[in-house]
This record gives sequence, structure tokens and C-alpha cells, in this order.
Amino acid sequence: MQYFDNYLQSKGGYDYTNAKRNELMKAQGFKEMPFTKTGTTIVGVLFDGGVVMAADTRATAGSIVADKNCEKLHTLAPNIWAAGAGTAADLHHQCAHFNAKLKLQRLNLNRQSRVNEVITKLTSKLFPYRGQIGVALIIGGVDCNGPQLASVSPHGNYVYHPFQSMGSGSLAALGILEAKFQDGLTKQQAIDLAIEAIEAGIFHDMGSGSNVDVVAITKEGVDYRRNIRQYNAKSHQKQIPYPFPINNTPALRKYEFNFEKQELTEVGQEMEIIE
Amino acid sequence: MYIPMNEMLKHFKQDVPTMANITHKSEQWSPYHDNSGTVLAVGIPGAVIVAGDTRLSNGYNIMSRDATKLSQLTDKCVLATAGQYADFIALRKFLQQRLQLYEFQNEVQASTETVAHLLSRELYSRRFFPYYTFNLLAGLDENNHGFVYGYDAIGSYDKMTYGVQGSGQELVVAVLDNQLKGYNKINKTIPQTREEILDIILDCFSCAAERDIHTGDNVEILIITSAGTERLIKPLRKD
Repeated sequence: MQYFDNYLQSKGGYDYTNAKRNELMKAQGFKEMPFTKTGTTIVGVLFDGGVVMAADTRATAGSIVADKNCEKLHTLAPNIWAAGAGTAADLHHQCAHFNAKLKLQRLNLNRQSRVNEVITKLTSKLFPYRGQIGVALIIGGVDCNGPQLASVSPHGNYVYHPFQSMGSGSLAALGILEAKFQDGLTKQQAIDLAIEAIEAGIFHDMGSGSNVDVVAITKEGVDYRRNIRQYNAKSHQKQIPYPFPINNTPALRKYEFNFEKQELTEVGQEMEIIE
Repeated sequence: MYIPMNEMLKHFKQDVPTMANITHKSEQWSPYHDNSGTVLAVGIPGAVIVAGDTRLSNGYNIMSRDATKLSQLTDKCVLATAGQYADFIALRKFLQQRLQLYEFQNEVQASTETVAHLLSRELYSRRFFPYYTFNLLAGLDENNHGFVYGYDAIGSYDKMTYGVQGSGQELVVAVLDNQLKGYNKINKTIPQTREEILDIILDCFSCAAERDIHTGDNVEILIITSAGTERLIKPLRKD
């Protein structure tokens, strides 16, 4: 593999061969595969003694809802949680990867994980991929330096701020946060504010919807409330149940599999589709 | 296997997309916007039921939760449109004015078949800069039997017993095929009464609102019979 190392060294360490391949494929007419994005509204609020993070629960694939009740709050360490917006697969795998990495470090060093460790590790990984790994995270936790809240963007930029919002509904949530945030909130006030901000995202952004999940982290521990609010029940219950009697669906072809002879044979005649 | 550096570079040197040579194609302005939403119409002997959600969207934003997609053109027929709202308003204005003129000149309102034909010709008159509208014209024919005419953007139309258009089309049409036409059933039990069909329509909309982000808020239903028009509004998910 020495030629590869030499090659990478001369290029400055960034390998664009896949990008070239993608351009060629696009020119030949291949359409880019749509990734399942989470749409999403996520927020984080710092309060006196801890941090609260909240998220909606809708995952979209284009304009279709792929998952009506997915979990967007991920554990990175017992004292550090992440709320994720962006490509669903990337979020799941990256969070699981860093969870494992931090656990290994904790086992080796026998020390609690710190929020700034997580930020450094994450951004070091994301930056070389130039935003191709679509994870936009809000990281919050309580460690030896106190409660901290930061957001990480897919390109590897990070920001520490007492309140954050990310995702397609971030602007709706940010309006609420900017209007109502104050320093020195209590835990319950912070939870209420976070829920209100997510509510704004759920009702005013169509990429976000369904329910609200909340996690509150303090020095004492973690308080995770899955589906703390559920607003949008299905609007109509059908009065007369759909009639689906047994044996009412026509079989076009019937096969019989004989286990002893290990044979598949067709039974009867092929039927036409009934319209 | 060792490949010399200059050999490698020959293959990649010019083609590597660096910041210098990636040109961003600026997105060209498009005259069309999809304001989305779902409409459907079902015709039965003696009545026609037209329904449309009332959400007006623009990308991920909601412009209005209370925008009607239905427009009653004559006593007997209703136009339901999904697609671009501006084009719907322009089309509606044209049809209303032209049908008013018809009524003045002929002393009788246009029949549903006539309106259907008129709509088709109007849509085709814009063959090379189409109305971004996906229409359903629902109405009672001369025998007071409800029918639906479904259109594409440039005016091709067909008389049907039920039709669906809009962003929730794929989610809903398979259910109606199974329930109203008995597709894939040996013994077809097709609902005949207005209550059963309203039940199915409301269920279709609530299911479309669950899975399609552009459908929601309220569903507006117009029921046209020879006795008159009845209007219902039922709530849907608001998220």
C-alpha cells in the first residue's frame, strides 16, 4: 500500500477519487439516491445546574413520512447526550461509533467523559469529509467543568451557546428561544421552554412533526422522557371497519411445494387479474 | 504493486474536483411553484362528493391553513385543483367568467360535460406554457348521476367514477381502487350510500395526512346533489 500513502501525501491527505467517480456517474445520467433525512427540529437549553435537550419525532424521506415516532436523542456517554438532525443513517452510526469510542476511553482512563472531548473527536472526523457526512448535532452534558451545550455542523464547525436549535425547523424554534430564553432558568422552566420551541417546529415546519422527546441532564443524573407530549392523534376513526373477508383476494397462480420430493409444481390454471 | 507517482498523477491530475474547478450552476428561476395538497372526488348515483385539504405549502413552510382548493363553477359542478395555487386562481377566474357569459347567452347553465370540454380546451390553449394544475372536475350529468373528469396539466381528460390528484395521490388512490371498484377482490362489496363513502374519504385524508407532509390542517368536503350543495369541514393533523 505504499503507493497509496505516497499518493495521499502528495495530494495533502484528501482523496477525491470517489468524488471524481460520482461526477462521472452523474454525467452518465445516474440520479443521486435520496437519503432518509430527519427533517427535524432539535433544541438545547442550558439552565442552572444542567442542560435540557428536546427533539421532535418525525423522519422524512423526501415528502413522505418514513417514521412517525423515531428517536432523535442519542446517548454518547452516561452524562452526555446528543440530539441529531440530518441524514438518519449517518446520525445513527456516528453516534453509536462515538458512544463506543468514549466508552473505551473511559475504561482505559477510568475518568468521566467530557463534552469538549466529544466535540473535538466529532469535528476532527467530520471536517475531512467536507460535509458529506450529514450530521448536525446538539451536544449537551454535565462534566467536571459544569453543564455545557454546543452544536456541531456537518462541515465540522462547533459553537458553544446557552441555547441552540438545528434542523429544518430550527428557525421556528429559534424564534421562541430568542424571545423567551433567560439566564438562570430552573430545570422545569428550561424543559417547558424547550418543549415550546419544539412545538413551534412541529406545527410550523412540515419536516418536523408528531411528538416531543425531552432529556434533562444534571450532575445527579439523566431524566429521559420519551414522548413527553403527543399532539397529533389520527384525526378520523373509521366508523365502519373495512370489510376484508377471508379468501376474497384472487390468487393468480398457485404453487405446491412437496417437502419430501423437494419439488415446486404449479397447481391449476393461471388466472387473469380481476378488475 | 507499486505504481510510480507520475503514472498515478496522469490519471487524476486534471480531473480532481478542487475548489478551483467546481463550478456551481446557479439555479435557474422557475415560473412554477408546487403548493401541493390533495384533492379527491367520488361520484355516485344522485350525488358527487368532492374533498380537498386546506393547507397551502411552499417547500417546508405553511403559507395558509385555510386555503380552499375547491371552486363551485355551476350549480351542478365543482372544480378541485392541486398544484400551483396561482394557476388555480387564474384558471378559476377564466372559467367563472366564461361560464357566466355562457349563462347570459344561452339562458341556462352549462352542463357538466360542457364545462369539462371547456376546461380541456383552456388547458390545451396553454400547451407550451402550461397551467401547473392537476384538476378534477366533479359534477352531476343530465341524469343526476355523479361523475368525475380527471385532467393532466395540458388538458387530456377522461370521465371516471372517482379521482385523486395532488401530493397524497399515490397514498390514496390504491385504497379507493380497492374499496370503490373492488380491485383485487373476488366478491366486490362496493359501498353505495353517502355515509359509507364519506367515511372512506375521511379515512383516506387522515391516512394521507399521517404520511404526506404536505397534506393536513382541515379537509373541506362539498356534496353536490340536485337539491343543492352541502359543505363540511373536518380537522386533520396540523403538524
